[in-house]
Amino acid sequence: MTAVLIDKSGPFTHAPTSVQKTMTTVLLALAPATVFNAYLFGWPAIFLFIVTVGSCLLVEAACLQVQGRSVSGGLSDGSAALTGWLLAMSLPPWAPWWTGLLGAIFAIVLAKHVYGGLGQNVFNPAMVARVALLVSFPVQMTSFVAPKPLFSGTAPGFADSLAITFGSAFNLDTMSTASALGLVKTNLSLGIPASQSVGNTPGLVDMLLGFHPGSMGETSGLLILAGGLFLMWRRIISWHIPVAVIGTLFVMGTLFNTMSPDRFTSGLFQVLSGATFLGAFFIATDYVTSPVSKQGQIVFGIGVGLMTWIIRTFAGYPEGMAFAVLLMNSLAPIIDHHLRPRVFGRTRQGEPLPLKGDK
Amino acid sequence: MKLFPVRGGVHPEYRKDRTAECAIVALPMPERLFLPLQQHIGAPASPVVAPGDQVRKGQLLATAQGAVSAPVHAPTSGTIVDIADCLAPHPSGMSQKTIILETDGKDEWADLPAGLDDPFAVDGKEIGKRVAAAGIVGLGGATFPSSVKLSLGTQKKLETLLLNGAECEPYLTCDDRVMREYASEVVDGARIMAHALGTPKIVVAIENNKPAALKAMAEASSAFTNVTVVGVPVQYPMGSERHLCQAITGLETPARMLTADLGVVVHNVGTARAIHQAIRFGRPLLSRVVTVSGGAVADAKNVEVPLGTMVSELVEFCGGLRGEAKRLISGGPMMGNPLPALFVPVVKGTCGILALTAAECNEAPPGPCIRCGTCVTICPCGLVPVEMAAFIRKDNLEAAQRIGVMDCVSCGSCSYICPSHIPLVQYFNYAKGAINAKDREARKQDHIKVLVEAHNARLEKAAAAKKAAAAKAAAAKKAQSTPTADSKVSA
Repeated sequence: MTAVLIDKSGPFTHAPTSVQKTMTTVLLALAPATVFNAYLFGWPAIFLFIVTVGSCLLVEAACLQVQGRSVSGGLSDGSAALTGWLLAMSLPPWAPWWTGLLGAIFAIVLAKHVYGGLGQNVFNPAMVARVALLVSFPVQMTSFVAPKPLFSGTAPGFADSLAITFGSAFNLDTMSTASALGLVKTNLSLGIPASQSVGNTPGLVDMLLGFHPGSMGETSGLLILAGGLFLMWRRIISWHIPVAVIGTLFVMGTLFNTMSPDRFTSGLFQVLSGATFLGAFFIATDYVTSPVSKQGQIVFGIGVGLMTWIIRTFAGYPEGMAFAVLLMNSLAPIIDHHLRPRVFGRTRQGEPLPLKGDK
Repeated sequence: MKLFPVRGGVHPEYRKDRTAECAIVALPMPERLFLPLQQHIGAPASPVVAPGDQVRKGQLLATAQGAVSAPVHAPTSGTIVDIADCLAPHPSGMSQKTIILETDGKDEWADLPAGLDDPFAVDGKEIGKRVAAAGIVGLGGATFPSSVKLSLGTQKKLETLLLNGAECEPYLTCDDRVMREYASEVVDGARIMAHALGTPKIVVAIENNKPAALKAMAEASSAFTNVTVVGVPVQYPMGSERHLCQAITGLETPARMLTADLGVVVHNVGTARAIHQAIRFGRPLLSRVVTVSGGAVADAKNVEVPLGTMVSELVEFCGGLRGEAKRLISGGPMMGNPLPALFVPVVKGTCGILALTAAECNEAPPGPCIRCGTCVTICPCGLVPVEMAAFIRKDNLEAAQRIGVMDCVSCGSCSYICPSHIPLVQYFNYAKGAINAKDREARKQDHIKVLVEAHNARLEKAAAAKKAAAAKAAAAKKAQSTPTADSKVSA
């Protein structure tokens, strides 16, 4: 034995937890849906994914370098890779390469490092990037394609795919189709009732499986759901936020659909369409930007669900998950401030508990 | 028995299997014993022997000072060679007054007070007195003088003696072995304590990972209808007094109060055995069972160690250290203290000596908090460690106090679980120390203010009395000298 260390107090053992392990587990949970989407949307989706994640890693490295922080340490925590991955999954699969690069700069520089880096940001970086892109480039960001599975007759070849992602071969007018949420919204503005539009969207089973147009992470709800359940099983996330988000969407949808089926889509449609599962399990549960207490997480989840439903139903955008998450992100510190757990031996007000028999 | 849920907690790797099946072995008597005057919470004991004195086993060496204190006895016969400042078994690295006893190997007993054949026939106060005279303190590690806790019954109506055999700290198996090997002594000690306290009920709580201890204790107490042995969930920190009390009774101890305010007194199983020895045989506390374990210890053991034994000798007895020991700990790995060196004595509160390898410690430099909220979920006290630590980092201790840092029991669960390896409980211990120091200073200031105000009031009163006397004298003089003026006015 060389020297006895007394430089720290206990505990002198530590759970086998680390930030890297947490992030890796989330990436693992996203993998099945990602692979399936790569298959569904083919080479352009794969190119975009590589560009987006790669850009995030590069931009993160540059930010760390500029700040004089450890580049390898910062990259190995996996947070930049996760941000890039989530951003890629929220982009239309055939979007041009520069959306990924621009998104990475929005996410890593403006939403993360400007606030002080990992753990310090108020807003979810991937969602800041998505919303910034959506507002700046509404056409590219809402041009979805119907699934064209790899190796199938409809799928573009490798060279064609390069042209789609890095060139301008993707003809927005002729090739794009609307997502289910987008279709309902457009038709409503044309006077077509929601109940009728839903009939023209892919069936709910197809939506659950992923055979419908949408962002990479919006389709294949089932695999995203499986990934979310995996995260719960691994105790990376708890049920509170996902159940609150999905529950609120379902309740609001069902309630208003019952009152006016022509104007409002059903609860089930709300839950299975768009980015509901990705948002509920992977975006709203982002540690840094959601409340730390379970009580707070429920309030936060209800807020996200409610805002999503309101934006989908009444606002100009067909999908509201990203906006809803960002709006609730800004409230997370206040929710944390007001919803602390009750301290052992004290009332909610912080006074010592009365003794039994004391009046 | 119906149990009640306890909030939060963690499930550390227990690593008890290395010593759980090791029967307690006695340490051969060392040549020298180092007995600090303070091995307990409260005032240090005052020596009643001098260098050169011959002492016998069980003889009083230092007597208790004040209401909260405990005496020190000679663990064997021999000669007092010195009373000197020696390194204390404390991370501060400070030294303290220590009686050094050179043993003679004869192990001759002193004249002990006669044991009680029927302790249940004597008054509870007498039991308390004998426990105090035997120098018994809480052997779970808290080292609070046991007699003080036994006298609580005279102040409050008590229902339950809760015997704490949870032993929720990883590695430690000393309580487990004591319960397995000396179950009847533990049960007898508990019954004596319950008699002294006036509690009708005794509950022995043991974590479910000790089935042999549960069985042994159940068998030993089967003849006594008022004793219940109950297995509690394996969940750190189940052995925390307040949390164990909640698990057993469902009652939550109000902040700033004691479990005794709910009618529950908690004592450790090792303490019960020591009390059995003291009351039945008049033997003071001379030794204790210590678990010596950890990856860097060659031959892990449970050892009955005479108090005052150098840790280095104890470790040698266990085959010495093998490989690199990253940390040397007194107590368990969750709440134990780092030892400044091997050359410190085993004292009454030493329940374990652990030499841990780097792999067991699993240390990493602290990283940025990712607000995962796990510390909030697992805090058994319902606190928000992430927020408290943020306040303390900015030295905003008032804010940390407002959200409850003083209610933290320092169990270390938050630091243990933190994926960013942030030393949360270290922040809280710092804050608690600083706030306590400030409070003491404020109380001192208040006291001085009261004294100054009283002094000023006395001065004012004296001055007023003087003035009044002067005025009276002047008035009297005036009345004598100017009678005509008065008559003029009245005229």
